[in-house]
Amino acid sequence: MSAVWFVVTRLTRDRSALIGLVLIALLVLSAALAPVLATHPDDVFELHPSERLAAPSGAHWLGTDRMGADVYSRLLFGARITILIGIIAVGASLAIGVPIGLVAGYHHGWLSDLLMRVSDIFLAVPQVVLAIAIAQTLGPSLPNVILALSVTYWPWFARVVYAETRALQKEIFVESTAALGASPWRLTVLHVLPNIASPIIVRASIGMGFTILTAAALGFLGLGPPPPTPEWGRTIAESREFLPDAWWYATAPGLAIFLTVMGFNLLGDGLRDVLDPRLRRSRTARDG
Amino acid sequence: MAELLAVRGLRVDFATDRGPAQVLDGMNLDIETGEVVGLVGESGCGKTTLARAILGILPEGAARIRAGEVRFKGTDLLREDPGAVNDRVRGRAITFIPQDPFTSFSPVFPVETQIMDLMKWKSPRARNGGGPASILARYPRARHRADREAVLEILRAVQIPEPARALRRLPHEFSGGQRQRLMIAMALLPRPDLIIADEPTTALDVTIQAQILRLLRALVKERGVSVLFTTHDLGTAHEICDRVVVMYAGQEMEAAPTDAFFGRPAHPYTRRLLMSVPSPGGEIRDIPGEVPSLVAPPSGCRFHPRCDYATAECRDVRPALRALAGAHGVRCHHPVDAPAGADP
Amino acid sequence: MRLLALALHRLAWFAPTLLGLLVVTFVISRIIPADPVALVAGETATPVQVEALRRELGYDRPLPVQFVDYVVRLVRGDMGTSLFTRRPIVEDLRHRLPATIELTVVAMVVSVLAGIPLGVLSALWRNSLLDHALRVVTVSGLAIASFWLGIMLQLLFAMRLGWTPLNGRLQGFPPRSLTGFYLVDACLTWDWATFGTALLHLALPAATLAFPALATLVRFTRAGVLDVMQSNFVLYERAMGLPRPLIVWKYILRSALTSTVTQIGLLFGILLAGAVVTEAVFDWPGIGTYAVNSILRSDYNAVMGFTVWAGAIFIVVNLLVDVAHTLVDPRERTT
Repeated sequence: MSAVWFVVTRLTRDRSALIGLVLIALLVLSAALAPVLATHPDDVFELHPSERLAAPSGAHWLGTDRMGADVYSRLLFGARITILIGIIAVGASLAIGVPIGLVAGYHHGWLSDLLMRVSDIFLAVPQVVLAIAIAQTLGPSLPNVILALSVTYWPWFARVVYAETRALQKEIFVESTAALGASPWRLTVLHVLPNIASPIIVRASIGMGFTILTAAALGFLGLGPPPPTPEWGRTIAESREFLPDAWWYATAPGLAIFLTVMGFNLLGDGLRDVLDPRLRRSRTARDG
Repeated sequence: MAELLAVRGLRVDFATDRGPAQVLDGMNLDIETGEVVGLVGESGCGKTTLARAILGILPEGAARIRAGEVRFKGTDLLREDPGAVNDRVRGRAITFIPQDPFTSFSPVFPVETQIMDLMKWKSPRARNGGGPASILARYPRARHRADREAVLEILRAVQIPEPARALRRLPHEFSGGQRQRLMIAMALLPRPDLIIADEPTTALDVTIQAQILRLLRALVKERGVSVLFTTHDLGTAHEICDRVVVMYAGQEMEAAPTDAFFGRPAHPYTRRLLMSVPSPGGEIRDIPGEVPSLVAPPSGCRFHPRCDYATAECRDVRPALRALAGAHGVRCHHPVDAPAGADP
Repeated sequence: MRLLALALHRLAWFAPTLLGLLVVTFVISRIIPADPVALVAGETATPVQVEALRRELGYDRPLPVQFVDYVVRLVRGDMGTSLFTRRPIVEDLRHRLPATIELTVVAMVVSVLAGIPLGVLSALWRNSLLDHALRVVTVSGLAIASFWLGIMLQLLFAMRLGWTPLNGRLQGFPPRSLTGFYLVDACLTWDWATFGTALLHLALPAATLAFPALATLVRFTRAGVLDVMQSNFVLYERAMGLPRPLIVWKYILRSALTSTVTQIGLLFGILLAGAVVTEAVFDWPGIGTYAVNSILRSDYNAVMGFTVWAGAIFIVVNLLVDVAHTLVDPRERTT
């Protein structure tokens, strides 16, 4: 726990990481307290045709949408979907990508080549395209979006882990440990994994942002959870036909996506600064 | 002999998490023309900082020069125009041999590119005051030919086999010893007055160290070049230096000709240092006490907390320079007057 | 020679990678729950008519047979016909490819030409005003949803200010087709009016597409330069009084670029992926719009065609990046 505490205190000292933490905290709060914070909590499912496309006002802070629902309230409930997608998709990608990257990084020869080629195949198609194909095949729904994102994001983890493992192998200490007769797997689990935990954590944080972006793109293309789910990407797609008059309708969810993804990216950068010893070294003075 | 370099009262602070560390505190050093001076001390005593301060390449932002002067041929480099120093002094009158020849070459350019880039700006045949004005300027062809001849000649002098072919190779194709020979060649090529060699052999195999050192000494003596040679190894200092200066925690303790230094060391710290050298059949004897913190350094003589002879005076006042016979100076309130090894 | 061996080694992997790609896309497209044949035949078709069409299209055979048949025809350059447009997919793609390439290349060139120098300057003048401004750009560039950015740009520049067209590639007649790239064709035929219009149409989608790529490049170059600035050879060159511009623009940049070059391969992936969504927003008549439309119509012949093309292009680019990396980093050649 003390290591976690160390990381958190270091993060709060870094301005941009702090902003990231605050943004993510806001996102989590919005999601958790959506029914309390929302001014019109029932609007997620209710229609008020008479109030449709109303500009922002005291009653509707961010205006209303084509159904007359409160945009602000729907945004809050949309945060729940965003968090759910991010956490499950990144978790699943980690579970697939890390072991594959480790095996490919440690093993030299056909197995390594094969595993990396398989991940290359997945990386060979733009993630959005493959995710669109999978999501369309399975039908537009929340679980299918998450599945599509997991199936397409794991190669990034495999690649990071592979590269880091290979780089680490070149460093002297793994060579010397190998010379002492440690078994490959013992070496990997005891020496390599702790040393590459930092890039994995950093990648996971950035992956949250990336996954949320892709999920929003799927929603935008109509492949996300079906209406009336208040998914942010779909909301933007719905708003297009009411531009340029109902500018708030398109702007608000886009900003929500932007701030969320930025939060995870900033946190990822902050984590990189705190966790990556190569960067930390350059920050302190050296003398000999 | 004439004064070539004189460091006077140099104070350098480094920013750290716990506040400024006084890495150099009133450091003095003299080097005369043609002299090989060894600067010895434990690691962390400020040797590298002093070397970098003389070269004017302290880490920007982290290091700050508080006081003192670095007088080279009569001008204070710290107060000279930085552009002029970069043009005329650095890489010309003062050159550098780095600690780690493995990483001191750019890995992506052939050796020839790197040496000829140096010669383009720092060749003794370049016009006075620096090389081409712009980095896009052409290398004058006649000078290029003459410079390349000089490079091949010096590569033969540092015993690189097949110099013309060697030039085409990439740095990683050379062994560590060969790379350090290349570094020595590059330090000599501009025909400098002074070479700063910062622990030039610590990264090399023990067997190669002696060869490289002997080569370096022969080449600089032949050319009358002065060398400031930092090391934590007294054996190598004994082997190649004319004079030795001992540093401790950012201050000089004692300076003496090599014979006097090893024969009649006067400073208690020097005597300790000499005793810590493993003698044949003997054991390494550590110096008792801890290396002092540079953020809150000891007052007076910085060595006093670890010194057997320390008195109240040592705690309060930094000792003035005391001249002993034969160009031998010591900064100690209670210098020892006995041959080496005769400690109580 | 080592370079050639390396290229051959990579090429040897090209075919299996592509085959693997085909397996993945084939599996995905053939587990579509909806019956594509019924979709093509239309709602009014009788079951007998649907079965006849199924036989005609060859969809009544076992899946492995269909797959082998697909691969064999692919090797002959036949990707089958689109279930929707009823035209050969190769035709459709070839027809639309120049639009995508034009868009992607312009975005790539903009981001490389601006991103690398900005990244270097950002590192050299660390914590300057420029560095802070660029940090805002890079942070936003990686966080913004490109479809939203596109819509916001349309809202501002096309709808409110009226400076640029809303969408599409060109209004009126395209220039005489020589290469298929409107900008190039307009230049070659000396048709500057069309060139200007095409450029205006290109401005918003290219900006949308280039923004995240630019952010990635600035960020990566900056980090690379800062990293190299710490290295011993830079210390050595400074100690030897070499001119700062030489150290920066020759030695530091060259070393920092070895890692940036690998990044350009990834960058191309970002651009290609971004193109799909960006084209959809701007109604850009490229293969991205084609792919999205095909997927939405369950036109899986076309989907596979697109995926194979995109995958092949991407693999080739990565191959080139590997070779370029070897050229930039000579250590690779001898190890």
